[in-house]
Amino acid sequence: MNAWPVLGYLAVPAIKLQIEDCRALKRTQLLKGIQYTLPLLIGIAPFGMIYGVLAIKAGFPAGAAQAMSAIVFAGSSQFMIVNLVAGGSPWPVVVLTAVVVNLRHALYSASLAPYLKHLPASWKAVLAYVLVDEAYAVGIHHYEKNGLAGHPHWFLLGSGLAVWICWQASTALGIFLGAQIPAGWSLDFTLALTFIAIVVPALRERPLLVSAVTAGVTAVAAHALPYKLGLILAALAGIAVGLWSDRQ
Amino acid sequence: MTEFWLIIFMAGGLTYMIRLSFIALHGRWQAPVWFVRALRFVPPAVLSAIILPELLVADGQVFLSPFNPRLLAGVAAILIAWRSRNVFVTIAGGMLLLYLFQFLLG
Repeated sequence: MNAWPVLGYLAVPAIKLQIEDCRALKRTQLLKGIQYTLPLLIGIAPFGMIYGVLAIKAGFPAGAAQAMSAIVFAGSSQFMIVNLVAGGSPWPVVVLTAVVVNLRHALYSASLAPYLKHLPASWKAVLAYVLVDEAYAVGIHHYEKNGLAGHPHWFLLGSGLAVWICWQASTALGIFLGAQIPAGWSLDFTLALTFIAIVVPALRERPLLVSAVTAGVTAVAAHALPYKLGLILAALAGIAVGLWSDRQ
Repeated sequence: MTEFWLIIFMAGGLTYMIRLSFIALHGRWQAPVWFVRALRFVPPAVLSAIILPELLVADGQVFLSPFNPRLLAGVAAILIAWRSRNVFVTIAGGMLLLYLFQFLLG
């Protein structure tokens, strides 16, 4: 008698159990990714709301303002876009500024790439879409701590999903509230504060500090240039001086 | 009207390509060393170039003065961020201090 059918019969429940185990693990990772991102949503929600309010004030139709949150999905650049459009900048300047502001995501892409190399292209495409500051910060910490054990890409997806949902919902709320938020609340100041919270702790090395100070001072000195071109000039100056300081 | 959408799709498409770049090209293409070194300075340079004018420029004028509530709250937030390394504490502390300075200087 051939023993294989018997073995096959025994193996089926075991495989099924393994698949279920695997599914549970993925779900746990997804939920953990969401959970670890929750504290950061406190910074994102007001930010998204203010973006929605400012976009409407800049003349964006509600649908376009919401679509920008889904298509661009990058808070700081969305603020710059709205700001520049309100100031009447031509579209190439607006797009170029948005690209300069988002260039830092290339750094996130580079640092995550080795951890994602084994994934299929569809996963890479999705994870690249949700690769915003907060999801990156939470995700890279998880990868560096746990390596590739236990489906960490589900964790990263959970983190990105949490940010995405929060960003879309808060944008919608901002669009809905529109001009009802009084200017006296100074909510636009959360933009500067969020960036301070991201940048300052990272300035642990001298060249990084020199780069930041150079860029900041240049931006203030060049603030009167048309179309906020001072921002691009300041960023380039900061990068150049940072590289120079690195060589010293 | 169409310009809104042009900006959204151009900025969105390019941002997505930036995020996908190294993830998609890993193992197939090696970025030049100078480029990777320069990338390290992009976040501090770009974000500082946004932060400082927010603190120092009011209504198109440089407002370097102890009576500028945004400057005071911003400097305090920088110290808070340095000590606490906590996003929420920095934002909440900065906003409360801004309200306080606005009230005191108002």
